[in-house]
Amino acid sequence: MSPGANESVIRVVGLGKSYETAAGLFPALKGVNLDIKSGEYIAIMGPSGSGKSTFMNLLGCLDTPSTGDYFLAGRNVAHMDKDALAVLRNRTLGFVFQGFNLLPRMSLQDNVALPLVYAGDDKETRRAKARELLGKVGLGQYAESLPNRISGGQQQRVAIARALVNSPRLILADEPTGNLDSHTSEEIMRLFGELNAEGITIVLVTHENDIAAHAKRQVKFLDGEIVSDHLTAQVPA
Amino acid sequence: MLKAMLGEAWLAMGANRLRTALTMLGMVIGVGAVVIMMAIGQGAQYAVQQTISTMGSNLFIVLSGSFTASGVRSGSAGAPSLSVADADTIAELDGVVHVAPTHQGRRQLVYGSQNWSANVVGTTPEYLDARAWTIASGAAFGDSDVRSATRVALLGKTTAQNLFGDEDPVGKTMRIQQNPFIVIGVLGSKGQNLDGNDQDDTVIIPLSTAQRKVFGTPFLGSVRMIMVQADSAEAMPKVMDSVTSLLRQRHRLRDGMPDDFFMRNLSAAAESEAETTRTMSILLGAIASISLLVGGIGIMNIMLVSVTERTREIGIRMAIGARQKDILSQFLLEAVMISFAGCLLGLLIGLGVALGINFFTGMVIVVSGSAAIIAFAVAAGVGIFFGWYPAQKAARLDPIEALRYQ
Repeated sequence: MSPGANESVIRVVGLGKSYETAAGLFPALKGVNLDIKSGEYIAIMGPSGSGKSTFMNLLGCLDTPSTGDYFLAGRNVAHMDKDALAVLRNRTLGFVFQGFNLLPRMSLQDNVALPLVYAGDDKETRRAKARELLGKVGLGQYAESLPNRISGGQQQRVAIARALVNSPRLILADEPTGNLDSHTSEEIMRLFGELNAEGITIVLVTHENDIAAHAKRQVKFLDGEIVSDHLTAQVPA
Repeated sequence: MLKAMLGEAWLAMGANRLRTALTMLGMVIGVGAVVIMMAIGQGAQYAVQQTISTMGSNLFIVLSGSFTASGVRSGSAGAPSLSVADADTIAELDGVVHVAPTHQGRRQLVYGSQNWSANVVGTTPEYLDARAWTIASGAAFGDSDVRSATRVALLGKTTAQNLFGDEDPVGKTMRIQQNPFIVIGVLGSKGQNLDGNDQDDTVIIPLSTAQRKVFGTPFLGSVRMIMVQADSAEAMPKVMDSVTSLLRQRHRLRDGMPDDFFMRNLSAAAESEAETTRTMSILLGAIASISLLVGGIGIMNIMLVSVTERTREIGIRMAIGARQKDILSQFLLEAVMISFAGCLLGLLIGLGVALGINFFTGMVIVVSGSAAIIAFAVAAGVGIFFGWYPAQKAARLDPIEALRYQ
């Protein structure tokens, strides 16, 4: 189970996605190649319409590519059916969204434990794991609260706890600080940094340069293609 | 997993209580009507069965004709038109189970210092079978008692109590119109008949003894009434027709001459009463099915609204690993739970109304477990049938679209 430092968590080969539009077939993604190793912390950047969201949806197994292959933890998921993709999302991936996306009627603990319900874990296991991860993100004392009782930054921490609860191979964060003020954003980015230091692979989608600067590697998209890919230390100011 | 889902469905129902309650209303009314319908329907059936089982089933009686009518036999004016011989030939017809010539009337009974007036029935042993009389103690009389006109009597429960009190009447001698009779048995209790008459206030004695010693008869071998039992309700009309033609032939009645006897169907009265309640049941059944249909459509409508409202939630659930069948079962479960809750409420209300009907009108109701089981099965069926389309719609949402939904 312990992945070597050089093992690819994500490897995409000639990944393309086209959409039917009134004006004909629109290529949102044009044959992208990318390799993400275990333990990497990578920011995916680009203006809207650059194809980064499409790419993110494909990485998140929410969508299937029109062309090319996508190897997630060594398995080609490009042609899997919906249920198999759902299982992958449940076991291998953790999602963090811009809008937190907690379920409003459930306690924080139940929110964090929700992926375990679909994994088929029993109640005790769900409770114990959810408590553990809420403690890890510093919100153990709010386990029984509803999401609307805590701040946006705290909600995002709960969402991160939920993403981590199934011990995924990587976390996909889509504009995780988009709804937060700069101070809270810093806190969330610090949490991501800590998680990465523990060896968790993180893929971050953002259009803000200072957020992307927290990642170790930055990939820029434009018009459905990767236009630059380098380590953060080498990013031109 | 199921427990977690049940909890979630409960939360979702509680999130909009008024809406959930209004949605349930159709089910409440529908199931309530089903319960009332079954309580009344089964009650009516029970009452009829009860009546028929005490009266004897598939019975009809043949009564001798009027004395002054044209159908008088062979010049003996005033003689009853039916004979024991008629009864014997009727017994040989197809579909006839029992035939009992009878002669009855009210007479004064005397035992010691007590006296009591009861309905005295002179008949043959087959009468006991036709009317489904049982023997509580002692024994019945046989054909030989009829042949030799012995003075033996069977007492109904009411008669026995009034005449003998706490004493055991079997073996005692009582008198009917000065004639001593030995009580050889006591009949099992039957209770009231449809008209409210006490069937247990009776004395049964051999036909021959009754005619010679109690009632007297101007013409030996004639009889006032013949009771006939057919082997099934379906066979009744056929048997009655063949009895008619047999008697007309035996009495030498030419075409165009009126019958010198009457026939009455004893089961018909009970049947017609059952028919009324059956009509009422059908009416309630119609209300029930329409309510259930409307209730089901209401559930479907609300579930569709719910799916739209919770599109984003569905997207989130899919993103964190819910499969299509997980989403499908979540919404299906919610629909079934609304349906069940409505069913439970309807069951209670229906039960209350049925008991109320029984209390205020005295109508017999039967509340059975099968009514509850049927109601729950129907509720589950309605929930699944009308919840399927909305749940399917939720399960087929595209996760990306659903997540983007505001």
